[in-house]
Amino acid sequence: MSEQTLIPSAGSGAARWIGKRVERKEDARLLTGRGQYTDDVVLPGMLHVAFARSTIAHGRITRVETSVAAELPGVHAIYTARELAAQPITMMSFFFTPSEVPITPLAGELVQYVGDPVVMVIAETRAIAEDAVSLIEIDYEELSPVVTIADAMAAAPIHPGTETNVASEIGDEEPEEDLAQALQGAHCLLTQEVVHQRISQAPMENRAILATREGPEELTLYITCQSPHNIARWVSLALGLPQTAIRVIAKDVGGSFGLKNTPWKEECAVICAAMLFGRPLKWTEDRYEALTASNQCREAQMRLSAALDANGRLVASHAVYDCNNGAYPQGADNNIAVHMFLWAAYKMPAYAFLSRGWYTNTNGLAAYRGPWAMESLIRETLLDKAARRLGIDPVEIRRRNLVYLKDQPAVSCMGIPVDDITPGECLEKLVAHFDFAAFRKEQAQAREQSRYLGVGIAAYIEPTGSAGSMVTMTGELAQVRIEPTGRVTAMMSTHSQGHGTATTMAQCIADRLGVAYDDVTVFEGDSSRGGFGPGAAGSRQGVIGGGAAIRASEMLADKVRVLAAHLFNASPESVSIEDGIVHIAGAPEMSRPLGEIANIAYAEPDRLPPGFEAGLEAQFRYQPPPMTLTSAAHLCVVEVDTDTGFVKILRWISSEDCGTVINPGVVEGQISGGLAQAIGMVLLEEMPYDARGNPTAATFKDYLLPAISDVPVFEFIHANTPSKTIGGMRGVGEGGAIIGPPTLVNAIADALSPFGEIEKLVLPLTPARILDIVEQRDVSGFGASHSEMATAPVADAVQEPEAPPPMPENSQEQSAAEARSIDGDWNMVLKTPMGPQPMVVTFATDGAGGVSGMFSSAEGSQAFDGGRLDAGRVRFDLKVEKPMKITLKYDLLIEGDIVSGKCKMGMFGSAKVTGQRA
Amino acid sequence: MSEYRVEMKVNGRRVAEAVEARTSLGDFLRLKLGYTGVHMGCEHGVCGACTIMVDGRAVRSCLMLAVQAEGSEVLTVEGLADAQDALHPAQDAMRKAHGLQCGFCTPGVVMTLASLCADRRCDEQSMVAAMSGHICRCTGYQGIRRAITMLAAEVGSAGSDT
Repeated sequence: MSEQTLIPSAGSGAARWIGKRVERKEDARLLTGRGQYTDDVVLPGMLHVAFARSTIAHGRITRVETSVAAELPGVHAIYTARELAAQPITMMSFFFTPSEVPITPLAGELVQYVGDPVVMVIAETRAIAEDAVSLIEIDYEELSPVVTIADAMAAAPIHPGTETNVASEIGDEEPEEDLAQALQGAHCLLTQEVVHQRISQAPMENRAILATREGPEELTLYITCQSPHNIARWVSLALGLPQTAIRVIAKDVGGSFGLKNTPWKEECAVICAAMLFGRPLKWTEDRYEALTASNQCREAQMRLSAALDANGRLVASHAVYDCNNGAYPQGADNNIAVHMFLWAAYKMPAYAFLSRGWYTNTNGLAAYRGPWAMESLIRETLLDKAARRLGIDPVEIRRRNLVYLKDQPAVSCMGIPVDDITPGECLEKLVAHFDFAAFRKEQAQAREQSRYLGVGIAAYIEPTGSAGSMVTMTGELAQVRIEPTGRVTAMMSTHSQGHGTATTMAQCIADRLGVAYDDVTVFEGDSSRGGFGPGAAGSRQGVIGGGAAIRASEMLADKVRVLAAHLFNASPESVSIEDGIVHIAGAPEMSRPLGEIANIAYAEPDRLPPGFEAGLEAQFRYQPPPMTLTSAAHLCVVEVDTDTGFVKILRWISSEDCGTVINPGVVEGQISGGLAQAIGMVLLEEMPYDARGNPTAATFKDYLLPAISDVPVFEFIHANTPSKTIGGMRGVGEGGAIIGPPTLVNAIADALSPFGEIEKLVLPLTPARILDIVEQRDVSGFGASHSEMATAPVADAVQEPEAPPPMPENSQEQSAAEARSIDGDWNMVLKTPMGPQPMVVTFATDGAGGVSGMFSSAEGSQAFDGGRLDAGRVRFDLKVEKPMKITLKYDLLIEGDIVSGKCKMGMFGSAKVTGQRA
Repeated sequence: MSEYRVEMKVNGRRVAEAVEARTSLGDFLRLKLGYTGVHMGCEHGVCGACTIMVDGRAVRSCLMLAVQAEGSEVLTVEGLADAQDALHPAQDAMRKAHGLQCGFCTPGVVMTLASLCADRRCDEQSMVAAMSGHICRCTGYQGIRRAITMLAAEVGSAGSDT
């Protein structure tokens, strides 16, 4: 604790604020009950909203009766989808692409999950609105619910107009001869299967919105979110209003963890109703709604095969991944990032995969801290299995395969440049802090007394600070001002849902400007107050916001130096700013408080140097590299009670490289929070559905969140190396939730190794599932009630190669296709990992089987030639530069006016193409 | 709806209000009196965010009706710091220890710790045990543990002085 309170010593040069464990600026307000969360805001004339929700998972609405509810005193209005449609809204994914399937805020004809909002009541109080909801009658014609991934694979599509329940698909369906041979012919072939349960993000503050129309085309929103700027941008696109017409305020947000990235059905219903009704409307979700009707996350299954040689070196790998998208995901998702980062930190020569997202009649998929975390969980648990199989130490198998600094620069098997990662170095520092030999001795002695201890390790890298590779992810903006008083204020595009950015950004500014931390105030949380940036999403604010704050402050300090040099007839190099005092080297009598210089800068134009812009202000928008990689290795020790199945975590050590640490308290807080969520995922949390699609965890007595008694004290080894960004930071927001699960599972597996392997990892590892392993029989009932992991129609390309794309049969359709020229415009949609991309393709044939043409989309136009047309099949290559240099290989089948086929997108595998003649 | 008149003292101030029988004490404090530091996290008594003090004891304000507080002395987080806004030792320890992130569970955590501080016999172990009745989704409880250690030492030394 001694390092917590810092008083920079005067006269010892500029005080460094970056790296200090200073107290947070946010805390005095939050500790005294003076925070301002959305539900705390009250506006004159405000009314309250409650929703009547679907009680069935899948069905057709046959009758809605609201007349009794409408008569209740205090009820002002009742909306169904039909009335609300008067205010059109285009609901979009996190990537600002329109939803792949139509979504309306209220269900119109079909309900697609239990909790789907059907009717909206507006009343004087929330209590009256809920009373009215209880008086609404809704009848349904029930349809068969599609609940699990296995259901989705077998069932008819839930969304009208779609052909299958595949929401999104990517990967190689073609036979991979070389890969299959490498796998089958290797010394050791291991397979790991993981069935990951569905998780509720469960921020302590539920979703809330207060929407108020200001005139016909302006809107003010108080909303729980991850960035007021991003919400303003999303809502402006969704409503077709200018972005500056939307003001979004989110002073304090009680956690989000990915859930509050974009407004969803209920928030959009409130926005539309506020536009139509003209009174301020508030909806605050209660915990029952949050658990049963909010978007959720994580439900996925994966089978990973990896081959190793006799020395324990990785040879080849293949995976099949499926995830449950629910009915209305915040972007149809096959989770391509799982595959991009699965082996990025390891020397893996060859990898291929198939990845699919499935629509079901359950709550939609949203993000959660490290959405791609399955890759670390399945890889690191597989490596421990391999180590046990081959008789190699778990540390040693990683040493043989990790990409150390000496191996860099390198390129991963998925084409990712790897030149700034340190998972191996983090592992070495971790291992140096733990006496494995002593532990193995203790473990052996304990086993003799029938006590089962285990140690687990894991290593990983994580992409952070994303900017520039997708439309949502812009840079971040810092606007810094030295006021005439000498105090410093900054408007930042960052946003805190607990991140403490008002603290860390102030530290960056104080550090680079040479002023006291207490003299810097950071404003954020209001889209009308400068800024503009995506805020919190993907561990990015420390990296990008920090870089922006640092550079803007350096620019401002330079401005002070130029002015002071002019005023005191000195050189700018001789001017320094320390603790808010401007000094001239060698002339202590000339030292002046910063406020005195600032006053001159604003108010005495005659004293400014020629060409000097009055005032002391600077702004900088930082556009960092597309991503910055963070590395870590963790270790934990557990004791498993083989009588009860309970797991006790005895020790946990984090060794992480998150670059420059702005505030160790904030960094450790982020990692610890992620680790607690990891413990929840491995041992406690589960959002189950019954066979009819009813969510069966409706309270915190059913949905078990980790308490203080479940979470040990975490030990930290900061193994930091600065990154190449301004300031040298690396993102740290998500890491704990990614590295935590495999670390804990490996410790449990090590403890239980005398009983056997965890053949299939089904989360959470409840006491009953632990006893399944201990007793090597089906104690939990999971094995009896659930069959094997659901397999896709094309489940394992290693064994069951997908047939090549359909060849035209010798049929009448084909002759018709041949008979008619394909020349002219075609409207096509390419299903990319970031959503469907519409485009117009113009073909021109030369009559001899040659095809050339033009691609046009919102991103621009591009010509191609050298294509071939053969019996209705068109094949050609298109070289693109954005988002990266890649050759797209199109293989299309044209039947009459319909085109279908696929596009092989280099390392991303294949994506579907559909369309018709324009 | 049946309305009742209730009188109580909230943060040292007398209040007399009409309230529906079904209104929870938490909703009454938030909606009627404007004490928005009382945070409703689950409204079924598990998360602890809405914890306040009634007659000196920590109470979940979502599980108590406003009418049940008739004649009581109620303290919310807004009334915990003294008149000069000096933080209560529980608040101060939480701040020094980085015990909070988003701050939503914090008022409840602070009120439970403050009620335990009032009991001089309370040690670190019993404070940790009491904290198992509070859910924090952000911090992983590391800072809260450190705050408890600091606070227990403070309470213990204050106890030995008397």
